[in-house]
Amino acid sequence: MELLYTLIEIVAKSLLVFVALLLMTAYNTLFERKVLGHIQVRYGPNRVGPFGLLQPIADGIKAFFKEDLVPARADGMVFMVAPAVSVISVLCLAAVIPFGNDLVLKSGRVIKMVVADVDIGLLYIFAIASIGEFGVVLGGWASGNKYGITGALRAAAQMISYEVFIGLAVIGVLMISQTLNLREIVLAQSGGFWHWNVFLQPVAFLLYFVGGLAELARVPFDMPEAESELACGFNIEFSSMKFALYFISEYAHMIIMPAVAVTLFWGGFLPVVPALSFIPGWIWFLAKVSVLVFVCIWIRATYPRLRYDQIMKFGWKFMFPLALLNVLVTGVVLLFK
Amino acid sequence: MIIPLLKGLAVTLKYFFSRPFAIQYPDEKIEMTDRWRGIHYFERREDGSTKCVACGLCEAVCPSNCIYLEAEVYENGRRFPRVYEIDGTRCIFCGFCEEICPVNAIRLGKNYEYVRHERADFIFDTTFLLDQKKLNP
Repeated sequence: MELLYTLIEIVAKSLLVFVALLLMTAYNTLFERKVLGHIQVRYGPNRVGPFGLLQPIADGIKAFFKEDLVPARADGMVFMVAPAVSVISVLCLAAVIPFGNDLVLKSGRVIKMVVADVDIGLLYIFAIASIGEFGVVLGGWASGNKYGITGALRAAAQMISYEVFIGLAVIGVLMISQTLNLREIVLAQSGGFWHWNVFLQPVAFLLYFVGGLAELARVPFDMPEAESELACGFNIEFSSMKFALYFISEYAHMIIMPAVAVTLFWGGFLPVVPALSFIPGWIWFLAKVSVLVFVCIWIRATYPRLRYDQIMKFGWKFMFPLALLNVLVTGVVLLFK
Repeated sequence: MIIPLLKGLAVTLKYFFSRPFAIQYPDEKIEMTDRWRGIHYFERREDGSTKCVACGLCEAVCPSNCIYLEAEVYENGRRFPRVYEIDGTRCIFCGFCEEICPVNAIRLGKNYEYVRHERADFIFDTTFLLDQKKLNP
């Protein structure tokens, strides 16, 4: 019986997170277009349904009925698998992120609001996120197109260099909370917003956020798909649902990256002040994530794209030493505390 | 280094909270200026027929040769256009036809919406041109 309940719990939570993430991804595209529109003193999409709310559905249907082209020079098998690698890895990332307070059932059973409460959650995130980059690299390479492969090479170089200091930035949080379990990292920040890691590790937060933007390959770091030079970069040959998969993975990643940032630095599902704890944790979590997603879009609307060598210099000569320094200072402070 | 970046963010945030002034095109339209040269129309006589006397000046002056005219003479000696066609795909809306017309029959109107699915629909004949008068009071 116990086994059955556990199974039901796992399936239910997986379905919940899966559906919620895909829904949020779909509406993330609308959110981005709306915010960009208003920043550019336009309305954004508002013709399909009230306030354009049915736009993501219309887009999905359109993508589904488009012709699926495979270029003659493409490596067919890899070409087919690459978008799937991208999207699956991003969906897997959502598994370890805690999104709400524990639920205690009448039978005394405690349901943790996280799909997989693993002890190496943070390590898992970095491992799976790295796999996601293979989707981009393989996709660009397999399309047999010079713009595609240039985009793929840039993606490989950029993501590897930026992942180095994201990892270093997170080490600061790790040293304070003494655990890799994301749920315990969140709980260690309980007791009001002044306990959040962002105030103990402000530099690490900025490093993580800037590195995260680079990892997402979004403006100002959107080198792999630099529209003006590479047409569309790694996804230039992809059409129909394959392109839609890349699109989904990009926008889902745009939710996951802020979600991890919220978990590590903004106290995850915890309320801003303990007095507001009557509002359920998942609302706090979504609110915090939305704020960070808005910041991502806001940044996209503000800054132009950096040059490739500037990105590399910025990463290795500025962010990387800063991350090392942050680890050093954190270590010294912890040692003498 | 950081201050200019923050200034940029402040500017975009200011515009985020400002009112969009995009025009909701199919629902709202902007007024065309008096000198706007849109799709042609025919001025009518009292009996509703065209004022055109088929003199052929517009056909002669048209720089893109988009006007086709076949004249016919009534028994009372008056000329009228049996066929009058403007090729909408060729017309450059220069307004020479309007300028040269001795009886002010052909005019350029305010209508600018002439999207068609078929090339044949771009041929503006007498009926169409008389009809366009409604859009240009």
